[in-house]
Amino acid sequence: MATIDLSQFHQTFFDESREGLDVMEDALLKLENGSDDPELVHAIFRAAHSIKGGAATFGFSDVAAFTHVLESLLDQVRDGRRAADEETVELLLQSVDCMRGMLARSQGGAAVADATSEALRERFAAMLGKPAEKTDAVAAAASRKLPVDGWRIQFRPHPNLLRTGNDPLRMFRELALLGKLVVKQVQVLQEPRPAFAELDPAAAMLGWDLELRGDIQRSHIEAVFDWVEGDCDLEIELLHDRRAQAQAAAPAPAANDAAAHADAGSIRVSIAKVDALINMVGELVITQSMLGDIGEHFSMDRLMQLREGLAQLDRTTRELQESVMRIRMLPIAAVFNRFPRMVRDLERRLGKHVKLELHGESTEVDKTVLEKIGDPLVHLVRNAIDHGLETPEARVAAGKPETGVLRLEARHEGGNVVVEVVDDGAGLNRARIVEKAIERGLVRPGQELSDEEVAELIFQAGFSTNAEATDLSGRGVGMDVVRRNVNDLGGSVGVRSRAGKGSTFTIVLPLTLAIIEGLTTEIGSERYIVPLVSIVESLQLKVQDVRNVAGGGELFHFRDEWLPLVRLYAAFGCADAVTRVEQGIVIVAEAGGRRVGLLVDALVGQQQAVIKSLEAHYQRIEGISGATIASDGSVALIVDVDGVVRVAGRRRAA
Amino acid sequence: MAKILAVDDSASMRNMVAFTLRGAGHEVQEAGDGKAALDAAKAGRFDLVLADVNMPVMDGITLTRELRALPSFAGVPILILTTESDTDKKMQGKAAGATGWLVKPFDPEQLLATVARVAG
Repeated sequence: MATIDLSQFHQTFFDESREGLDVMEDALLKLENGSDDPELVHAIFRAAHSIKGGAATFGFSDVAAFTHVLESLLDQVRDGRRAADEETVELLLQSVDCMRGMLARSQGGAAVADATSEALRERFAAMLGKPAEKTDAVAAAASRKLPVDGWRIQFRPHPNLLRTGNDPLRMFRELALLGKLVVKQVQVLQEPRPAFAELDPAAAMLGWDLELRGDIQRSHIEAVFDWVEGDCDLEIELLHDRRAQAQAAAPAPAANDAAAHADAGSIRVSIAKVDALINMVGELVITQSMLGDIGEHFSMDRLMQLREGLAQLDRTTRELQESVMRIRMLPIAAVFNRFPRMVRDLERRLGKHVKLELHGESTEVDKTVLEKIGDPLVHLVRNAIDHGLETPEARVAAGKPETGVLRLEARHEGGNVVVEVVDDGAGLNRARIVEKAIERGLVRPGQELSDEEVAELIFQAGFSTNAEATDLSGRGVGMDVVRRNVNDLGGSVGVRSRAGKGSTFTIVLPLTLAIIEGLTTEIGSERYIVPLVSIVESLQLKVQDVRNVAGGGELFHFRDEWLPLVRLYAAFGCADAVTRVEQGIVIVAEAGGRRVGLLVDALVGQQQAVIKSLEAHYQRIEGISGATIASDGSVALIVDVDGVVRVAGRRRAA
Repeated sequence: MAKILAVDDSASMRNMVAFTLRGAGHEVQEAGDGKAALDAAKAGRFDLVLADVNMPVMDGITLTRELRALPSFAGVPILILTTESDTDKKMQGKAAGATGWLVKPFDPEQLLATVARVAG
């Protein structure tokens, strides 16, 4: 048989082990907070047990040895022999961290056990009351016995033996593999023998006397019968009474020297998503064969069929595209879940009381975003607790509850993912920030600064207001790095703050590779796409529907409302466009709760647009969110309705 | 070749078991917990069940007991996957009607050898 390369399962093992550790950590934190749900301990035990089993199977012996001791301790907690007290939970939390390290080192191919893991393992062993075995204990070499001629085996199954799925014939076949098997006698065990009609086919009623000849170890014979111990009477004795010492030697686990592989970057996808994909591909195949058939035997009367087929192809392709995109989307919970533990540790070290609230954990974001958003968020959370939230005493003095609230929230908002870190602490310290900025030469003394400008200062390179950098936030990573990381993802980060009330850091991220459903319009010789989600209606206006207002703006009447009219050709500087309102089309669009009319020459049609960032190739333009390649290869710009509304608003205000 | 139901909540173990068995020509259906396995067992026939013990939703011992209560599983071998130290689990498994067990950790060769004892 070809040997199987176990390393192909390593990535899955690492992934599921990390998830298991997250489960353990989460459950431990709940235990610490006073929950006595027995399922928590079971969940912790299961996770540790799975990691141990996998680690042993895939050859990560240090991890297996560590989890083995851990599991014994958990077993005692599960049985109620040991209380899940503060000390035990703390120790278990430390082991979770330690195992994370061990797994990372396993994956990197480095030595796995270290001083921390060995110290913890010894501590567990001490708690369990037995000395820790060395990790790399060598399996005891089996000593060679005297040769034997063979064995006499008396086998008397109990009636229930067959019911467990064991089969004497198969067992005999196994014995025959060990040596020469001779059946000396078969007897019916049940007396008196039952009549044929009363025979229970599921009950065993025969017994055997066997001889197995050859130089065979007793333990090998016992192994054949190990599953039926208790379900039969079994006697095994040496043939010719030659002396040999029977001994049980456990088979040594085969060493697995498969090298650890580096993280290949895998993704776990729910079966539902994969099924949706397979479904869609099935549809595609059907459509393809249908179109193929039309192509081979085409006549004009099949034109309708061709159109239908193409429409179906269009639908299926679109759905397939959406399903494929969805595969990369993962719930942000994977990042959020690390915060309960972190907040707990920070609370202890800083002597602050923090209540962490998580919202929108199921919000799905692109995997790349998920991987890169962790560090900025960690920094924001650390900052919020370190600098934002006050000590319990200070809070009480300020008339606030002792416990501060830190809220992490994720949500989808108009094609973006918005993640907010909100605290109800003291807010940004304006005086300190300005003082520091002057010291750093970022602003001149006496310079007038708006609140927004002050808030902007904290994102400047090398800015930190804490006189002595704490070991938490002052690791040389400032808000400037947070901003850079977020910008790298094509997002933005900003802060709103109110003195004494708290701060809100808002990260806005694009859904990478976003595809929008849009309405293609024509303005002069150019094409613009308006996202369908923001379109309310499109209509043709008469000259008398439009009014000029003071300040140069125009309004038009739409369903009992007067809405501002934006002439897109003017906003984007298009030549040869329709300038008379009654000759063009007005698209009523909505963004941020405000409606606006966009004047275009004509509507071309609806299409899906893959957004290409304009900033990456050119620069940011207000009112344009990106570009896309149309089916004829030409470039069309995508209108950012929100931006247009803002521009229009500003113009009116000006 | 046998039709085998492989039950384990750990995807890596399940993958390894399924891959190994399929490589040896067996037909394998996978289930991530006891409940899913029971549903699969009710919907089809199997020649062998390999079930992990510690699983969420429904553990391997309960699964074994439930399977043995199904008329279609009379005499069908059920092997539980357990650890050397867990003598209790082996006995509980047997009491629930398991045919035998496979001791973790095992390698593909041990798995195939054990499966050969009851199927194929």
